[in-house]
Amino acid sequence: MTDAPALCVTKLSHAYGARKALDDVSFSLERGSFAVLLGLNGAGKSTLFSLVTGLYSAGGGRVRIFGFDIAKQPGEALRRLGVVFQARTLDLELSVTQNLAYHAALHGIGPSEGKRLAREALERAGLNERAGDKARDLSGGQMRRVEIARALLHKPSLLLLDEPTVGLDIKARADILAHVRSLVAQENLAVLWTTHLIDEVEPGDKVVVLHLGKMLANGTAAEIVSAQGVETIGAAFEKLTAEAKP
Amino acid sequence: MTPFTPAQYATCLGGIVWREALRFLHQRERFVSALVRPLVWLFIFAAGFRSVLGVSIIPPYDTYVLYEVYITPGLMAMIQLFNGMQSSLSMVYDREMGNMRTLLVSPFPRWFLLGSKLFAGVAVSVLQVYAYLIVAYFWEIEPPTKWGYLTVLPALALSGLMLGALGMLLSSLIKQLENFAGVMNFVIFPMFFASSALYPLWRVKESGPWLYYFCALNPFTHAVELIRFAFYQQVSWESLGAVALYTSLFLFAALRAYDPAKGLLTRKGG
Repeated sequence: MTDAPALCVTKLSHAYGARKALDDVSFSLERGSFAVLLGLNGAGKSTLFSLVTGLYSAGGGRVRIFGFDIAKQPGEALRRLGVVFQARTLDLELSVTQNLAYHAALHGIGPSEGKRLAREALERAGLNERAGDKARDLSGGQMRRVEIARALLHKPSLLLLDEPTVGLDIKARADILAHVRSLVAQENLAVLWTTHLIDEVEPGDKVVVLHLGKMLANGTAAEIVSAQGVETIGAAFEKLTAEAKP
Repeated sequence: MTPFTPAQYATCLGGIVWREALRFLHQRERFVSALVRPLVWLFIFAAGFRSVLGVSIIPPYDTYVLYEVYITPGLMAMIQLFNGMQSSLSMVYDREMGNMRTLLVSPFPRWFLLGSKLFAGVAVSVLQVYAYLIVAYFWEIEPPTKWGYLTVLPALALSGLMLGALGMLLSSLIKQLENFAGVMNFVIFPMFFASSALYPLWRVKESGPWLYYFCALNPFTHAVELIRFAFYQQVSWESLGAVALYTSLFLFAALRAYDPAKGLLTRKGG
């Protein structure tokens, strides 16, 4: 398990009734690396997310987090995993600290240790002056930062973010992205960043392109661009998705 | 990594109960309406019907009782019924808003997480019932001895668990928040009215045997009777058995519905 990748998805398939949402998807994410899961709405990103977090079981294939199978050892896998969901999941009536303390309890961390970790996490996110405020009073960008701080509270080694910048203004988007990239660089965190916004991809990032449930490409952005014989990742994405049959 | 210790399990349970309590305190309208609803029934409905509906001597009563006294256990169970459905509503809301996911990505076993959530809901419902009983006391509705307040507690815990588990099961079956109005019409009202909450079942029997059988099978009837007897420091073994059976049935189905491998969530794509 010591050398196992942060995330390993093998031949993952899933269907809702007759509709195939994911079809034979395989990729892995190394420890301490940043990867982008790129796809349009309906590509199967959220389904993949639900399967990786164990919300429900895959129709076929396996998901392993640091070598632990999410279906067989969900506790061990989830302990190493931090998640930021696409929908806002803060309790709006509770204060920022109360939200974090609740999360700490869900990981078996007691109140005093939970408060200490919450203070630390908020400091890192630059939000300690908002600790006592109700979540309702935060801006969209601040809520996202709190959600990221919360997801990292129990010190996971893999962070999943499902379209974390949707609905944010340009500055907040850039801030969040820079914040997460700095976490990867400084704390050896592995990050799977789900998005449909191509401008969030950098040439050195690992990119997994998902379209209509199928994986169309898997490699660094630069590799995908050169394989498609185009100039930009945007053009490569357009070419890949245009060629793919529904 | 070592498995979680019992102290960590307790921390997790404590956190879930604490959050539920905070949410309840923050939603003052919810607390007020939970208290006002049974009081409206007590002060208006029961006062109006006391002369129309006579109640003969039936166990656990050993004398004629006022109609207000008769319907009090039914109103206690009604508080729990609404609370169970309210929790179910909040679970559907949580699922739509994503809070349910925050709970379910905790590394503790899923049965434990859902059980803790259920426990938290039961604790809140029991507190609501006692708040109602304090008001009822000043209306001269009280158990024969003060011990009744204590002996009713296990009955309330069990009936709260049964109604909470039913709510949890319903929350897994309901796709969207808008469908919840159906629960009111098809679950809460039939369960409440086709039970022994407002009238003894022998009266229903006089109206028709089929309705009587329906009432006799209704889990809510047994919750009401369990509470009624416990309030009078007695045990209705039949109702205890029925409530225990229904509780295990609803719990089993609810846990299965939230099981990632077999769950109904899988088919919804949500």
